[in-house]
Amino acid sequence: MDYLYFPGCTLKGSSAWQMENTALEAVACLGLNLQELKQWQCCGAVYPLSEEEIITLVSPARALYAAAESGKPLVSLCSACHHVLKRTQVRLLNDKETREKISCYLEEDYPGEARVLHYLELLRDEVGWQALKEKVKNPLQGRRIAAYYGCMLLRPSREMCFDNPERPRIMEDFINILGAEVVNYPFRIRCCGAYLAVTENRVAEDASRKIVKMALDSGAEEMTTACPLCRYNLEKTPEAKQGKVKISYFSEPLSEALNLEVQEVKP
Amino acid sequence: MGKPVNTSDRLLAEIKERSGQEVNACIQCGKCTAGCPMVEAMDLLPRQVMLLLQMGNEKEVAVSRTPWVCASCFTCGARCPRDLDLSSIMEAVRLKVLRPRDAKVLSPGDLSVEMLKELPQQALVSGFRKFSR
Ligand code: SF4
Ligand code: SF4
Repeated sequence: MDYLYFPGCTLKGSSAWQMENTALEAVACLGLNLQELKQWQCCGAVYPLSEEEIITLVSPARALYAAAESGKPLVSLCSACHHVLKRTQVRLLNDKETREKISCYLEEDYPGEARVLHYLELLRDEVGWQALKEKVKNPLQGRRIAAYYGCMLLRPSREMCFDNPERPRIMEDFINILGAEVVNYPFRIRCCGAYLAVTENRVAEDASRKIVKMALDSGAEEMTTACPLCRYNLEKTPEAKQGKVKISYFSEPLSEALNLEVQEVKP
Repeated sequence: MGKPVNTSDRLLAEIKERSGQEVNACIQCGKCTAGCPMVEAMDLLPRQVMLLLQMGNEKEVAVSRTPWVCASCFTCGARCPRDLDLSSIMEAVRLKVLRPRDAKVLSPGDLSVEMLKELPQQALVSGFRKFSR
């Protein structure tokens, strides 16, 4: 099956290339074809929360128009990209006025509904857990991994429709399939401080530290996420810096379990 | 002659125009505050922001630290029994401060070279989007 792939700026930069490399190797092994969307632009990183802001929707809308045109689902890895694309897609669908304004900017009508998928949804809903399990060559036996969801994939759930927003399980199911031990802990859906890392790094560090400590107290050796900013914030905690817990992108244990040789090509 | 528009009506209309949210629907139950992960760093609780807006006390909200340590995590909105999206209300308050004066809470010069090197692009883009207009 063919998909379009929206990488986003962070995955092409110095901090998240591992997520892209490992995830792309893995889909190839699963028999899927992810083709990078041509001429994609930064999604804007945050969904505009003010109704008057239309222009900031144009960039994610461009990607959605292209995906709708191609008829292929649009897949992303970064949870912020997915959040912005998904919410823009919902807005285009339900808000005629916004859709018309955006069509004026793009000088083209929305060619129909684009399908927006996060990579984890791709694994769950398109590949299927059972098929993924059959591909696991190197089960991560004995590894105690805690899922860290953060905010962007889950909320607002009415738009994201990703999983149960208070009791999600997709990442736990995923960790389970890879053969590792799932660490359950409170705070897996609690905010890490996000962009406060830029203006209020103390506040972000406190927020992240509570989450990391809770995971450690619950027996985690590793915390895994789909968000580059979550990863950055969690890695900034003293516990992670001292090596008490490893912070990974979810696609890293995936590629290990599939036994893939991933080339370390940094951008 | 229509009813004279008071400060609180005008403020609430402005917030509604930006956020689509009806501040007066808040019943002060505090569920937003109970779930807010940034509450320890706030001088006004999210619930108190709602109350001050209802009372038209724009000044106290405008000088508060609360909208600037709100991380737009959408937890409050997920828990509110009145289905109010506080993240958008906080955004409306931030825009009210940022827009008129083209004010900036964050300028590129505020960041050290070290921060610029290590922060993921996602942090920089979202930081500038949220804190400068
Ligand atoms: S949860 Fe909703 S109704 Fe309750 S105080 Fe907060 S905003 Fe008001
Ligand atoms: S969106 Fe802001 S106010 Fe609401 S829970 Fe998150 S940090 Fe608190």
